[in-house]
Amino acid sequence: MTEKQHITIKGVKEGLVFLLDDRCEFSALLDELHYKLEKTHQQLLTGPLIHVHVKLGNRETTEEEKEQIKSVLRQRGNLLVQSVQGEADQAPQPDGNEQQLKVMTGIIRSGQVVTHEGSLLLLGDLHPGGSIICTGDIYVMGNLSGMAHAGSEGNAEAIIAASILRPTQLRIAEVISRPPEEWMTGDAAMEYAFLNEGVMQVDKTTQLFRMRKEPLVYKGV
Amino acid sequence: MGDAIVVTSGKGGVGKTTTSANVGTALALLGKKVCMVDTDIGLRNLDVVMGLENRIVYDLVDVAEGRCRLQQALVKDKRFEELYMLPAAQTKDKHDVTPEQVRDIVLELKKDFDYVIIDCPAGIEQGFRNAVAGADRAIVVTTPENAAVRDADRVIGLLEQTNISAKLIINRIRPNMLKTGDMLEIDEVCQVLAVDLLGIVPDDEKVIKSANAGEPTVMDPSSRAAIAYRNIARRILGDMVPLMPLDEKSGSAFKRIRKFLGIG
Repeated sequence: MTEKQHITIKGVKEGLVFLLDDRCEFSALLDELHYKLEKTHQQLLTGPLIHVHVKLGNRETTEEEKEQIKSVLRQRGNLLVQSVQGEADQAPQPDGNEQQLKVMTGIIRSGQVVTHEGSLLLLGDLHPGGSIICTGDIYVMGNLSGMAHAGSEGNAEAIIAASILRPTQLRIAEVISRPPEEWMTGDAAMEYAFLNEGVMQVDKTTQLFRMRKEPLVYKGV
Repeated sequence: MGDAIVVTSGKGGVGKTTTSANVGTALALLGKKVCMVDTDIGLRNLDVVMGLENRIVYDLVDVAEGRCRLQQALVKDKRFEELYMLPAAQTKDKHDVTPEQVRDIVLELKKDFDYVIIDCPAGIEQGFRNAVAGADRAIVVTTPENAAVRDADRVIGLLEQTNISAKLIINRIRPNMLKTGDMLEIDEVCQVLAVDLLGIVPDDEKVIKSANAGEPTVMDPSSRAAIAYRNIARRILGDMVPLMPLDEKSGSAFKRIRKFLGIG
């Protein structure tokens, strides 16, 4: 066995966390994992079902390598691998929604273009001739009468919500839509635009939860 | 140190030059020392509206290129001792001067005058950049039409980027069309553009007539537009002047009483 330990096993409430060193050779990791499971930690790793989270640190791993780690762990029948994650996987994963919400105050006038990676909350108006282009959602607390493009890099889940939705044009992902007359409901309610099977639709913002139901997380077993 | 005000609009033909000439003259009428600067190089009109075309010797480009002193290029008005105009060149192009040159000229003028009124060309290109270079504040002229309002919005955005605060003049309002709802409401325009209103000017045939005669409308107190321009000049000086009523010749006292009683 090498002098330095590459793998630290920690017990947490949900089960066990395997912290893998991100500097050493990958093969050394696998060897040590084998060794630990079969020799040193035998008594610890037998018994009832245990949930296991594997943390890879900053190591860049391929899916294949992750699978290798999983298969080693699966050899012990009682270890249930929940996740194999590295820091690199977690950080830059903007799925467009809440992440990187930028708050902006002001009026976007004709000829002005605001582009943003992620979602944008504008406190103010978007005037005709002005544009907002975001990879995520667009929320306008004010009058949206210009052009808004949400999910500009293809996120069809993105929405455009505004206190007063009177756009010259709306775009979500690849879909472009002009507001037909029936959009102009004249209701005081806040509205949002979304894609339903590739077709732009508008509904009251109070209905948004039906589309965006936050998954309920049950803690414990 | 005086105040430099640029008169701009984005769209052409909404009345920038007319506004410049009339506001400049109205300020002179109120006893201020005023210089009007025409930055519409190649398409100058301010001199025509002021009736000073035949007095031009040097122009703005001559000053910028050092062919004459600034004082030599200034044309004194026929009517007022303390009203001057710096004409634009007619044979040159907007690219023949730089924003820095215009700024230096305006700075020089501000030393001698209370107000420097800069008449901006239409558009948002070089000519616009020249005109706003030396300005402290801006008057954005629009008419109650969607196209003009859209362009005004664009210009206000550009002015905000250069930290020039803009005030709005809505020109050529036709009270009859307002009444029938065929024209954009004043409130609507103000709301859309989200800037302070400096004044409203009703459409008046006398404006065209007097411009052709080379006489600014403000000189004729019987014209409704003249009153509007005088009010605007007073507001520039900081007076609180209420917006003029738009009802044409609402003069008759009987009518007003009827209206007051709600049976008009």
